[in-house]
Amino acid sequence: MTTVGLFIPCYVDQFYPQVGLATLRVLERHGVRVEFPEAQTCCGQPMANSGCSDDARPLAERFLRVFGDYEYVVAPSGSCVSMVRNHYQPFLAGRTGFDHLRASTYELCEFLTDVLGVEKVEGRFPHRVGLHRSCHGLRELRLGAGSERNVKPFDKVAGLLSSLEGITLLEPSRADECCGFGGTFAVGEEAVSCMMGRDRLADHEGRGAEVVTGVDASCLMHLEGLARRERRPIRMLHVAQLLAGEG
Amino acid sequence: MGHAESAALFVRDGARAHWHDQAGWWVRQRRDAGAKAVPDWEDLRERAEAIKAHALSNLAGYLEEFEANATRLGAVVHWARDAEEHNRIVHGLLAERGVKLVVKSKSMLTEECGLNPYLEARGIEVADTDLGERIVQLNHQPPSHIVIPAIHMKREEIGELFHRTLGTPAGLADPQALTEAARQDLRRRFLSAQAGITGVNFAVAETGGIVVVTNEGNADMGTSLPPLHVASMGIEKVIPRAKDLAVFLRLLARSAVGQPISSYTSHFHGPRKGGEMHVVIVDNGRSSLLGQGGFRRALACIRCGACLNTCPVYRRSGGYSYTWLIPGPIGSVLAPARDLAAHASLPFASSLCGSCSDVCPVRIDLHHQLLAWRREVAARGLLPAGKRTAMRLASLVLRYAWLYRLAGRAARLAMRVLPRPVLGWLSGGWSRQRELPPAPEASFRELYRRTRGQP
Repeated sequence: MTTVGLFIPCYVDQFYPQVGLATLRVLERHGVRVEFPEAQTCCGQPMANSGCSDDARPLAERFLRVFGDYEYVVAPSGSCVSMVRNHYQPFLAGRTGFDHLRASTYELCEFLTDVLGVEKVEGRFPHRVGLHRSCHGLRELRLGAGSERNVKPFDKVAGLLSSLEGITLLEPSRADECCGFGGTFAVGEEAVSCMMGRDRLADHEGRGAEVVTGVDASCLMHLEGLARRERRPIRMLHVAQLLAGEG
Repeated sequence: MGHAESAALFVRDGARAHWHDQAGWWVRQRRDAGAKAVPDWEDLRERAEAIKAHALSNLAGYLEEFEANATRLGAVVHWARDAEEHNRIVHGLLAERGVKLVVKSKSMLTEECGLNPYLEARGIEVADTDLGERIVQLNHQPPSHIVIPAIHMKREEIGELFHRTLGTPAGLADPQALTEAARQDLRRRFLSAQAGITGVNFAVAETGGIVVVTNEGNADMGTSLPPLHVASMGIEKVIPRAKDLAVFLRLLARSAVGQPISSYTSHFHGPRKGGEMHVVIVDNGRSSLLGQGGFRRALACIRCGACLNTCPVYRRSGGYSYTWLIPGPIGSVLAPARDLAAHASLPFASSLCGSCSDVCPVRIDLHHQLLAWRREVAARGLLPAGKRTAMRLASLVLRYAWLYRLAGRAARLAMRVLPRPVLGWLSGGWSRQRELPPAPEASFRELYRRTRGQP
């Protein structure tokens, strides 16, 4: 049986426990043995993206200690997985187990598609859903082709979602523009960040979406914060929640 | 004022910011259509990246080869260490020949060097002849975009400007009529100028020729009529072979505006009969960037502007919100190399969405370079003290699972019980326009423990 170390990003752990539970359920339903190592905290991305390497390094080292021995590590986040796969190099290069960790850490949809070979997810979600293609999942993990590149179109997240019964997936007019979360960017460049977020909301609303989903709860937290402040009826749900048949 | 503050001012006029966003997005869509019409687009990008990497690794050799071949063709090659030396050389050439009026086609390098004010202070009139650049010149502004210099101006505003400066009828805002007015005004200058200045898009080492790409033919007018042609180029513009142009020219205009090819691609091989041609090769900080590890890749830039058009931050904050002449992602990686303290906000003027890296025709890893510059900013102690402290504190807490659990529980409790205004104050920039996330009673790990027992 495949054993997975479940990596639940810190803000998901604290603010969106239902996303963690949904991830757990989806993985177990697909026949995976899941362990949640309680020694985990944060991958260190906020520090790394602020340029504070000295503060990120001990967290990267800790991550390797906690997760290094698992066959696979899976997280409901494209951004945090990209941190491990693409940005741990300066901190962990040459360390025992680092190459294995990099190669075996997956975002949830990517793990389902590429490792388990899942093509169809059992479940029902009879709603009009806008897919927010979070940037790091898209452009750093290549969960989809991306609108910029001239490559054969593919989209691992949309592929799984569209297999849900009753779902109507809606394409926003700007297929994969950033929502403006960007970690500390959300606060440091608040004005532009919020304008970007509202523009994404308007795009999805214009297509008639009731729900916006995506692989990163951080983008959704930002969009949800904007929508709730303005009492817009649109709801945000993480992909794991849809795949687990919730909502 | 850093980028965030200038951007906030730009965003305050929501209608205008949206208009600017749409203008940039329209160009981005044209670029997409252009790129997708070429089946081997991604191969071309890789090839362009490889040629540039090779040329930059062998820069000294290719520059000398270019110099030898250009000289053989009858051009005179000058070397300028910095902006001041560049300006002195150009002014010397013009002054020796008694030039009073010079026509200039688009060149970001001469903007970078501040050539116009330098020459004007010495009694030489400079007329920019690219329409967009002429507009911003008449408006006493620098370009706000490297390919579309007046992208920030609406046609009504250009009409108003032309009414004031060129005497067009008040209220005239028809683009064709305004263009015609500018053309008539420029024509007089083309005919009476004693010298033409151009930039250089590509300098070919094996032939000694230079290539200038325009859509208006103004570089040709400016070099065909006056007897003196001065071409200014950065050291990074040299490419090894003429056939490399087949790669770059296919990428350049498509990346810039979605055109298969620019309207004019002018090849200059030495001076025209009876004329003079001078090429000024400028370093101005480039060679030091060449020595800075991963940052050198930024020198591969062919100035297409695609990263500006795709950047969701540039489109919503405008070219003047950046602290450097070249805005957008490419400007934000070039500027810190010149003066990190002066441009410390630029590496943070990005959500790190990575769209810039994917549109870049020479595959510069722009968003990773922005990240690398953030590390330099932090290492040099240029981060705001509050941010630095917050990161240090967070890192300390996150090194211990028990401390993290405790902090998480305390934060969620605070979010549930504290009055809204207090929370708003505590969360600062987050809650001015956004609600905080929900603060559930139990975290995931607490729920996991309850349902699964001790693992």
